[in-house]
Amino acid sequence: MADTSSQPSRSRDLDKLLLRPGNLVGATFEPGPELRDALQEDFVKVLVVGAGGLGCELLKDLALSGFRNLEVIDMDRIEVTNLNRQFLFRLEDVGKPKAEVAAKRVKERISGVNIVPHFCRIEDKDISFYSDFSIIALGLDSIEARSYINGVACSFLEYDSNDNPIEETIKPMVDGGTEGFKGHARVILPGVTPCFECTIWLFPPQVKFPLCTLAETPRTAAHCIEYAHLIKWNEVHGGVAFDPDDPKHMKWVYDEAVKRAELFGIPGVTYSLTQGVVKNIIPAIASTNAIISSACALETLKIVTGCSKTLSNYLTYNGAEGLHTKVTEFERDKDCLVCGPGVLIELDTSVTLKKFMDILEEHPKLQLSRASVTHRGKNLYMQAPPILEEMTRSNLSLPLLDLMDKVPKDVLHVNGTTVKKDEKVTCLRKLRVVFKGVDGVADMDTAGGA
Amino acid sequence: MAGQYTCPICSQASCQRKRTKTRTISVSLFILRLLSLCGLFSSRTMIRLFKVKEKQRELAENASGGAPVKKQSAGELRLHKDISELNLPKSCNIQFPNGKDDLMNFEVSIRPDEGYYASGTFLFSFQVSPIYPHEAPKVKCKTKVYHPNIDLEGNVCLNILREDWKPVLNINTIIYGLYHLFTEPNYEDPLNHDAAAVLRDNPKMFESNVRRAMAGGYVGQTYFPRSM
Ligand SMILES: [Zn+2]
Repeated sequence: MADTSSQPSRSRDLDKLLLRPGNLVGATFEPGPELRDALQEDFVKVLVVGAGGLGCELLKDLALSGFRNLEVIDMDRIEVTNLNRQFLFRLEDVGKPKAEVAAKRVKERISGVNIVPHFCRIEDKDISFYSDFSIIALGLDSIEARSYINGVACSFLEYDSNDNPIEETIKPMVDGGTEGFKGHARVILPGVTPCFECTIWLFPPQVKFPLCTLAETPRTAAHCIEYAHLIKWNEVHGGVAFDPDDPKHMKWVYDEAVKRAELFGIPGVTYSLTQGVVKNIIPAIASTNAIISSACALETLKIVTGCSKTLSNYLTYNGAEGLHTKVTEFERDKDCLVCGPGVLIELDTSVTLKKFMDILEEHPKLQLSRASVTHRGKNLYMQAPPILEEMTRSNLSLPLLDLMDKVPKDVLHVNGTTVKKDEKVTCLRKLRVVFKGVDGVADMDTAGGA
Repeated sequence: MAGQYTCPICSQASCQRKRTKTRTISVSLFILRLLSLCGLFSSRTMIRLFKVKEKQRELAENASGGAPVKKQSAGELRLHKDISELNLPKSCNIQFPNGKDDLMNFEVSIRPDEGYYASGTFLFSFQVSPIYPHEAPKVKCKTKVYHPNIDLEGNVCLNILREDWKPVLNINTIIYGLYHLFTEPNYEDPLNHDAAAVLRDNPKMFESNVRRAMAGGYVGQTYFPRSM
C-alpha cells in the first residue's frame, strides 16, 4: 500500500473521512486504511435501483466514493428526452437499456469498479437476489417501485423475543427522490427508522381530474392529454392496454391531445408534458438530481464505514426560491404491517386454524374476534363475503402448520374486531407465529439473542 | 423561523399534511455539512456486520437452497381487511374470477331494485394497485349501458374514484357509490353527453331509452346488448 500522505492518491478525499478520527463519527468507528480497503471487498455490495436521472448520478458517486462492487437494475430503455440530465447516455445510446449503458460508461471512466447491470423489472428478481446486497440505494420516481423494494428489504428483518430488531437482519436502504427543484434523501434502517410504508402519507396524493371534466369541459393542456390517455385511447384501441413505456403509444396520445387542444383553443400540449402527465412525472432538473444523489451516496458511505453518524432520517431540499433544506426525524409506526415486530405467538404444531382463531380471541394483547387470516398471499380464512367464506371454510379444521406450508416460523396477518375503550373496533394485525418443537426454530432464536 | 412548523415536503407553514409524529430540526448550514449533523444507529460498524452476514448466507444457502417466497404488498393487506369486512346489500354481488387468493382483481354485479335501472344487471371490474389505498382502485363498467355518467367504453364518472378519493374510504364505499349512480343518475357530470341531455330535457324519454337499451336494442345509432 502506497504512503498516502506523500503521494497524491485517488482516494485522497476519501482518506480524510476514513483515516482520521473525528467528533461526529459513529460510536465504534476505527479509522484506518483497512476500512478503505474493506470497501472494495466482495461482501460490500451495493444495489442501485433505477438508472435514470438519480441512478446515473448515484452510480458515478458511489464508484468515485470507493465502492467497487455495484449492481444496477432498471427496466427502461434510453429516450432522447433523457439526454439533458442522464449524463451517462449519448445520442447513439437511444433505444438501448439504461442499466447496461450506465454500467458500461461508469466502468470506462473509473478503473477497477465492477458494475453488473440488470435490464429487467424489479419484480422479476426473486427475493434472494436482493438479500445479497449490503445496502440498497433507490433512485426511483414511482411510489409503487419504492413500496415494492421496501417490502422486500423489510421481509429480511427479524425480531428477537423482546421485539428488538436483530441487527444482522437489517437491510439498510438509502432513498432519493426529486421533483423539479425539490427533493428528498432518507435513510431507512428497517426496524430502527421509519420504513417507506410508515410514512407513505408524505407523498401527496396524485392529482386526478374528474373524467367528466376531461370529457366535457377541458380547460388545461393536462386535461387534453388525460382525455386522450384515459378516454380516447380505449374508444379507439378497444382491448389493447395502454403502455406508458411504448413510445408509439405515447406518440399517439400526444397527437390526440394536440387535436383536442386545437378544438378547444387550449395552448401548451407538448410531447414531454404528455409524458409527464401520463406517467405523473414533474420535469426533472439535473442539479437537483446531483444534490440528492450526493447526499444518498454519502449516507451509503456513512452507513457502511461508520465514518459519521447517519442522517436521521429525512432530508428535504428545496431549491425553487433560494435554498431551503432541513432534516426531519420521523418516527416509526410501531404497528406498521411491513416493518413492525407484530405480536409474537407460540403455538403447538397440532393447532388447527379454528383453534388458532380461538387463541387470538383469548390472547391478552389481541382479544381479536371474527378473525380473517392471510399468509403470504394465501387467504386461509375469510369472514366475508359469503363466497370467500365458503371457499375457505374447509381450512378451519386443518393444522395451521400445514396451511403455512410447514414453515415453522413466519409472519401472518389477521384482521377482525377488538374492543378498545368499551368500543368495538376493526383492526389489522401482524403476527409472528412460531411453532414449538420444530427443527430450526431453536437455532434461529439463539441467533436472535446473540 | 426556528421553531415554526414548515412542511418537510413543500416547506410551507400552511401545508395541511399530517403533522404529528415528527420532530423537526431546522438548520441553515451548507448542505453537505448538514448531512453529518444528526445521528443514530451506530452500535456496530456495518461493514463488519456485512462480513458476518456473508458467512451466514453461505451457510444458509448450503443448508436449504433458499426457496423464494411470495410477499404481500401493504396494499394487498389493506384490501384483505376491506374485503373481509364487506357488508353489501342483496342487490350487489362480488366475484373473484382468479380464485380466493387474488383479491386485487374482482368483479361486482349490481342489480338495482328501484329507479330507471331496476332489474337490470351491471357488471363492474375492479383493479386494485399494490399501493392501495394511497391510490383508488381502477373501476370499469363491463356492461354496455345507456347512462349519463358511464360512457360506452365503460369509464365511470364517480368523484370518489378520482378527484375525491381518500385513503379512509374503502371498497364498500365505492360499491355503494356505484349503486347510487343507478338510483340517482346525474346529468351534471356527463360522460355520455347524449344520455345526459335527454335526462335533463326529457326524463320520460330518458326512461324509455333506458328500458330499450336494457332490453337489448338501439338508442340512436348505438346498440346495447340485453342487460336484464
Ligand atoms: Zn414501516
